[in-house]
Amino acid sequence: MSEITERSPQAVSPPGGPPAKRVPGPLRSALNLLARQREATVFVVAVVLLLYFGIKYNSTFVSQTNLANLLSETGSPIMIIAIGEVFLLICGEIDLSVGFVYTFAPFLMHYLIDFYHVPVVPAIIISLLFGLLVGAANGFLTVTMGLPSFITTLGTGFILLGLTLTTSHAYPATISASAVGIGRWIGAAPWSQFIWAVALTAIFYVVLTRTKWGLYTIATGGNQLGARESGIKTGRIKYGNFMLCATLGALVGLQNAFYTNTIDPSAGGFQPMFYAVTAAVIGGTAMLGGQGTILGAFLGSIVLATLLNGLNVAGISANPLDIILGAAILLAMIVNVRLARLRAAGRN
Amino acid sequence: MTAEPTPTVAADGSGDVLRVEHISKRFGAVRALNDVNLHLVQGEVLGLLGDNGAGKSTLIKIMCGFQIPTAGRIVLEGQEITLKSVDHARSLGIDTVFQDLALINELTVYHNMFLNRERTRFSLLNNRSMRRTAKEQLERIGVDLPSVDAEVAKLSGGQRQAIAVARAVTSNAKVLLLDEPLAAMGAKEGAMILELVKDLKRQGQVSIIMIMHNYGQALEVCDRINLLQHGEITFDKLAKDTSVQELNDIVIEEYRRALAEREKSA
Repeated sequence: MSEITERSPQAVSPPGGPPAKRVPGPLRSALNLLARQREATVFVVAVVLLLYFGIKYNSTFVSQTNLANLLSETGSPIMIIAIGEVFLLICGEIDLSVGFVYTFAPFLMHYLIDFYHVPVVPAIIISLLFGLLVGAANGFLTVTMGLPSFITTLGTGFILLGLTLTTSHAYPATISASAVGIGRWIGAAPWSQFIWAVALTAIFYVVLTRTKWGLYTIATGGNQLGARESGIKTGRIKYGNFMLCATLGALVGLQNAFYTNTIDPSAGGFQPMFYAVTAAVIGGTAMLGGQGTILGAFLGSIVLATLLNGLNVAGISANPLDIILGAAILLAMIVNVRLARLRAAGRN
Repeated sequence: MTAEPTPTVAADGSGDVLRVEHISKRFGAVRALNDVNLHLVQGEVLGLLGDNGAGKSTLIKIMCGFQIPTAGRIVLEGQEITLKSVDHARSLGIDTVFQDLALINELTVYHNMFLNRERTRFSLLNNRSMRRTAKEQLERIGVDLPSVDAEVAKLSGGQRQAIAVARAVTSNAKVLLLDEPLAAMGAKEGAMILELVKDLKRQGQVSIIMIMHNYGQALEVCDRINLLQHGEITFDKLAKDTSVQELNDIVIEEYRRALAEREKSA
């Protein structure tokens, strides 16, 4: 504890001074980094988990197929949706409906291609635009009509689920042959989802930390009245972030459909959304707005994916898996909160 | 310090940077402002005093573009203007420091100072440039802060107020509206803000309207005092021609009169 609480001035002082002024060792520099960087805590949690499963089950866990499974199939949907949820959580909102955009978007693509003879690329684009539309509807209900986003998106989520089940008669569909080629780029190829996730994370990391949009998102969630008095159009920011989140949901839905080569009405739903929100919060995003990190959400997604995948590799059967997953999430969060407290102490 | 220029009140209003003419504001049946006339001379500090509910905040909100008056007009440097929003008023040179300061706790000092007028390069924030300028500007107007990189949440009330004022001043405002800058401030921090206002007055770039409660402080820093009572300006004198005693007497007399009226109607 004291290692961290007494910071910089001592750390950079030359050796040979009084015993209080110690030489900066690698451990100390690591602790200093931990003290400064919000994402450092979840990074530590992720590394510890990866090492644990990697050492204990090395040949099965570290194999390329399993890593692709962990990072691409399991991790990437969480990472991508988490980007949208981070932006929404920071500006003080949440989207519970995103998993149902995930469910419906591939069906929409399927209807357009197979029933309305729309070419593949426009069909995919329209399916993504449908995400924008749902986001705009969420924005309208939340910002313009003044409903809490928790209720708004619960409502639109159920509507989308009903829409999916009604139009598909609750039967899965197959990807039409004409879409298979482009599907590889979107998500069918082994690592493509992960490449998308990394690229989107990098882009939105920059958007959040280095653009006006990111700054205004923080300002909107940190002090909405103040932001408005400063002339920031907070409503527009929220609309935009709802649209971002839902569009990312549509993208993930298409990716999953291409990857599994089937369009499944039971795909998506609440689970990927809750995983994404969990990843965001584990990564250091505040549920009450004003604070959040894209990199943290990415690392939080890795933590979740490692748990999901690692417990699977460890051979834990499906039924008790959720017990262990829940406990592990809590444990990861406790470690995270303790480390964050150390970080806060280190800063003062 | 004795050589401070005393603004002269020209009868034709030619020395006025801002004029508020016959402004009224109703909220449903409630009359918040009733035919208010107010003028601000170039370079002066005008103290706007009055009891709670007298309409001071409403008047400020109208002058800064946050609310639209029911009737009346606003003239800035001889030109009639219709304020559409706070942003619009700001672009015309009327900047406001609200009571809540409109600071974002989660952002750094320099991001707050440049909020909504950020500098960008290739549409990315130019943090280095904003940081440097914020530092220079704060130094120039004499605000002392540990670091412009600090999150605003970590600063004291006086420092926060100073940043809000500095932000408004450095946006090249012609008119600065300060809504109770000394509310909830300790003696030391209040003195710091008063010094800041005096410095600004000395530099003479900006004309200031300050809402205040403390008559002593108002007379210390303001050139002229206006008193707002039940939605009307009832008093307009140069600070050197009035006293705490006189201001107190007027307000207490008004209070007695209102009390007597209420008893009569009861």
